[in-house]
Amino acid sequence: MEEPNLSYIHSMSGGDKTFEEKLIGIIKKEFPLEKQEYFDNITARNYKRTAANVHKLKHKISILGLEKSYEVAVNYEDNLIENKTDGRENFEAILQIMTDFLKTL
Amino acid sequence: MNCIIIDDEATARAIIAQLCTNIPELNVLEEFPNAIQAIKYLNQNEVDLIFLDIHMPDFTGFDFIETLKNPPKIILTTSDPNFAIQAFEYDCIVDYLVKPIGLERFSKAIQKAEAVKGTTKPKGDSNKIETSSGNDLYVNIDRRLIKIDIPSIYLVEAKGDYIQVKTEDKNYTVHSTLKKIEEKLPDHLFLKVHRSYIINVDKIIDIEDNSVLIKKDVIPVSRSNRPELMKRLNLL
Repeated sequence: MEEPNLSYIHSMSGGDKTFEEKLIGIIKKEFPLEKQEYFDNITARNYKRTAANVHKLKHKISILGLEKSYEVAVNYEDNLIENKTDGRENFEAILQIMTDFLKTL
Repeated sequence: MNCIIIDDEATARAIIAQLCTNIPELNVLEEFPNAIQAIKYLNQNEVDLIFLDIHMPDFTGFDFIETLKNPPKIILTTSDPNFAIQAFEYDCIVDYLVKPIGLERFSKAIQKAEAVKGTTKPKGDSNKIETSSGNDLYVNIDRRLIKIDIPSIYLVEAKGDYIQVKTEDKNYTVHSTLKKIEEKLPDHLFLKVHRSYIINVDKIIDIEDNSVLIKKDVIPVSRSNRPELMKRLNLL
């Protein structure tokens, strides 16, 4: 499985280290909340809301350079819109990888 | 260009704000986590450009655009490329950026916005919400803008910090004042008959002494408002 990275953040920050730290701080704060909301909704089988959660999480997946994982999330979101959970396991594995990566920052 | 950022995701707002710092012409005035807060801001302030997310809970970016009478230039920011065709049905949308947004693509979008700046925006009350357009009135209830058909309103009652808008089908409790809604309602149809009541004159059933019967509500008519009410009536 691909590894998260900070290439995008470095490319758009223009070398502004203060901003990079600020952005990582925001992601570290916001990601667990979005992840929790995702798990609450998938547990409640509220698939429309879960799709919205996946949609929002997709942005952070792309920010962390996870290009293939992004495609996994896109397909999973489409499935959820159709009340199907195909791709759930792979998506939740991506969330775990992101969680582990953010802990190292 | 004075701009605002509307996105429910703090990470996205921070990225767009940072990208804006690379463009000297851009001045970020405010950031909003939802469209409702932005609408309130735009009622009081004028901006040249809005960075707008499409996917937001309760009130989407497209819902937001529909509330603006004369919208400024808008650059959509979204993780979903599927709305591109719908986006360009709006004249105000100058570009469509798919997240994650890179600096080069962002700069190109700003150039597009610059190119059309000031060419289509009418003068006057731009950015005002279309709170009263034709027969419609939009009221903000629980972060949703709900459309009410104006002629269906028969009574508006002041209740402290709120007003109750009564229509043929439903009643709405809105955080507003009688004065504000009075400005939005057509004079030929509505009349303030008391400091706490505005009535739809067409809906009066009968008038007795200092009160009117409207639907099942008996509404007091203050002495000072009674002459105007009588003038409105087609008396035999």
